[in-house]
Amino acid sequence: MLVSQFLVLAALLFSIGVYGVLVRRNAVLVLLSIELMLTAVSINLVAFGAHLQDTLLSGQVFALFVITIAAAEVGIGLAIVVMIFRNRSSVNLDELDLMRW
Amino acid sequence: MTAAMLAFAVPFRSPTLVDGGVLAQYAWLIPLVPLVLMFAIVFFGKRLPYRGWELAEASMLFVAIYGVALFVMNANEGITHEGSIEIARIGSYTIEWGWVVDGLSIMMYAVVGVVGLAVFTYAKGYMKGDPRYTWFFAAFTLFAGAMLVLVSSANMIQLLVGWELVGVASYLLIGHYWEDHANNAAAIKAFLTNKIADVGLVIGVIIVGVTVGSFRFGDILSAVFEGDSALAQVAFWAGLAIFIGAMGKSAQFPFHVWLPDAMAGPTPVSSLMHAATMVTAGVYLLGRMFPFYQSDLFAADVKTWIIIIGSITLFAMGLIALVQDDLKRVLAYSTVSQLGYMTVAMGAGAYTAGLFHLFTHAFFKGLLFLCAGSVIHAVHSNNMSDMGGLRKAMPWTYRTFLAGSLALAGIFPLAGFWSKDEILASISYDAGHGGGAIASVVLWIAIAGAFVTAFYMARAVYLTFFGEYQGQAHPHESPRVMTYPMIGLAGLSIVGGFANIPGLFTGFTEWLAARPSWELLDLHHAESLNFAVAAIGLGVALAGIAAGTRLWRRDAATQRERDRFRVPVLYPVLEHKYFIDDLYRVALTNPIKGPVARFIDWTNTYVIDAVVNAFGAVAKGLARVVYGGFDQRGIDLAVNAVAGGTNEAGEMLRRTTTGRVQQYAGALFGGAVLLVVGLLIFT
Repeated sequence: MLVSQFLVLAALLFSIGVYGVLVRRNAVLVLLSIELMLTAVSINLVAFGAHLQDTLLSGQVFALFVITIAAAEVGIGLAIVVMIFRNRSSVNLDELDLMRW
Repeated sequence: MTAAMLAFAVPFRSPTLVDGGVLAQYAWLIPLVPLVLMFAIVFFGKRLPYRGWELAEASMLFVAIYGVALFVMNANEGITHEGSIEIARIGSYTIEWGWVVDGLSIMMYAVVGVVGLAVFTYAKGYMKGDPRYTWFFAAFTLFAGAMLVLVSSANMIQLLVGWELVGVASYLLIGHYWEDHANNAAAIKAFLTNKIADVGLVIGVIIVGVTVGSFRFGDILSAVFEGDSALAQVAFWAGLAIFIGAMGKSAQFPFHVWLPDAMAGPTPVSSLMHAATMVTAGVYLLGRMFPFYQSDLFAADVKTWIIIIGSITLFAMGLIALVQDDLKRVLAYSTVSQLGYMTVAMGAGAYTAGLFHLFTHAFFKGLLFLCAGSVIHAVHSNNMSDMGGLRKAMPWTYRTFLAGSLALAGIFPLAGFWSKDEILASISYDAGHGGGAIASVVLWIAIAGAFVTAFYMARAVYLTFFGEYQGQAHPHESPRVMTYPMIGLAGLSIVGGFANIPGLFTGFTEWLAARPSWELLDLHHAESLNFAVAAIGLGVALAGIAAGTRLWRRDAATQRERDRFRVPVLYPVLEHKYFIDDLYRVALTNPIKGPVARFIDWTNTYVIDAVVNAFGAVAKGLARVVYGGFDQRGIDLAVNAVAGGTNEAGEMLRRTTTGRVQQYAGALFGGAVLLVVGLLIFT
């Protein structure tokens, strides 16, 4: 298989992620979109790792790191979202604009 | 006078010279210890059990022990040592702290130490109850330390430092009782008179130092021995200028006016000042520069001036001592007169004689002042008209004063006899060897001076200790802390002269001569006693005492009447001190205080102030222009513009902070895209 196919897939996933981050109102969905972007990056790493036949498997190992960090990140992110929901009964990002001039 | 009597100027026997070892290498401690302890007294003195006296005494004890140790060592083998530390370098000249250890300076260390020890011990009793007791001992220690800086110096710069420090310390001490305005005036007079003479010394030092290219005495004297022609050309003026400096410190006519007034200070100060420190500095300097004045190529012409000045001083000032009522002033004029003897000796080429007289004079004049202080302490007055008959009330003061007076009068075999005889013999030798008619005249003046010395000392003794007590107080003997130093110095006044007995024991001559290459000079020193001169000297001294006895003793009941008798013409002249002080007042002080001061005040007000005010006005106008035009309109505008611009920009930019996370993220992505596009385009 060609590496470009994986790259196209990753690019598509990343774009969907960017779209979700920029457009969705729901904070949970924004977090999910961030996960999508991370996944896309992980695919890139694994694809290049396999393609370059790296004996140290750095691509694959790095992907594992990304997954770990993604898990941690989404854990904290969801905790924040839960707290916001408890305080304001809403996770609509458009309403969360207290940090302004 | 037969040739056998006058065996002068034999080829000089150069003693074996040694370096002096550790003792000489550490001789820099001698001036340093008193100076350091002086600061210790100032800062911690008041907290000590004896309020600082013990530190002062310790410093003098150190100097005395060190000086006597060097003295003994020098007597065994001649020491010559010189050390210096470079302090600064200015162009081709180096400023150094040096210490010279040779016969001359060792003699001074020993004299300052021993007399200082006696006087400091005495001062503990004399100054008891003084409100500025601690401060007095600090200044007193500074006084001795400054003198040691002066005599230990190996170069002229350090000599000047010591010279001026001595002046400062004397100013502080003479004005110790500053509550009385007259004492302040005396201190200022001493300081200014010395200062005027010091100008001469500074000029001389600059001439000699610049010509030779070094301020070290060693270099200057070796230039003299080598016959440096550049130095020879300026030698007369340099020698004269240095002698003027010496005249100031050693109170030679016409700079003598400060010394009698310096009696305003406490008596221990007078004692030390007249014996070991301050006034001996001038004679010491002439001794230090002796080859410079003795070599015919150099300042030999100044010698005539030295002899003339010295002889005027020794005779004229001795006469004034006859008419003084203040006991301390009698002694003060006596000191001036004796310094005249030393100066004459230095001028007549009698190195040993002049310094030997300095040596013996230190003991008996120090003693006489201590006795005078003891008397003043007892009767609460300086005037002999308030004394009389103290012989019984103060037996030890009487005995020691008598010993000192006889030594000063030059009675065989006390110290003064030997040194004065040595001077007379040297002048008589000089009269026969190149001194010419001047030396012959000076010889007779010196002999007449010996008569006057005995005469006024007889008067002082009789008016103070004989007859009836005239005062109101109840005189009593001073405490032991005061009488013991007097007895010690009396012992030295009696035996001090045996250090140099011509023909029998010439120790002092050899001790002093511990200097290499001095054998080239014609150092006059007596190889055997000159009996003719000795007999004349002793004869006139006895005659002086006899005359004094006849006038003031024979009839105790009428001695006061006799003292009140005024010889017409002569008496008023002497009482007014030859009108020299009046002359100075009319010719110098009053013009300076009057027209000169007024003129300077006028100049200050109308010339200097006008210039200063004009500058001030211009500066003020300029400032106004700068403030209105430049500061207010220029700088403030720029500052306000910057501030306003910043404010506007902030006002606009704050709108971008919407608080919408997704807008920020959009901007972030947009920026990333822009960067990537830019990267693609530009690479």
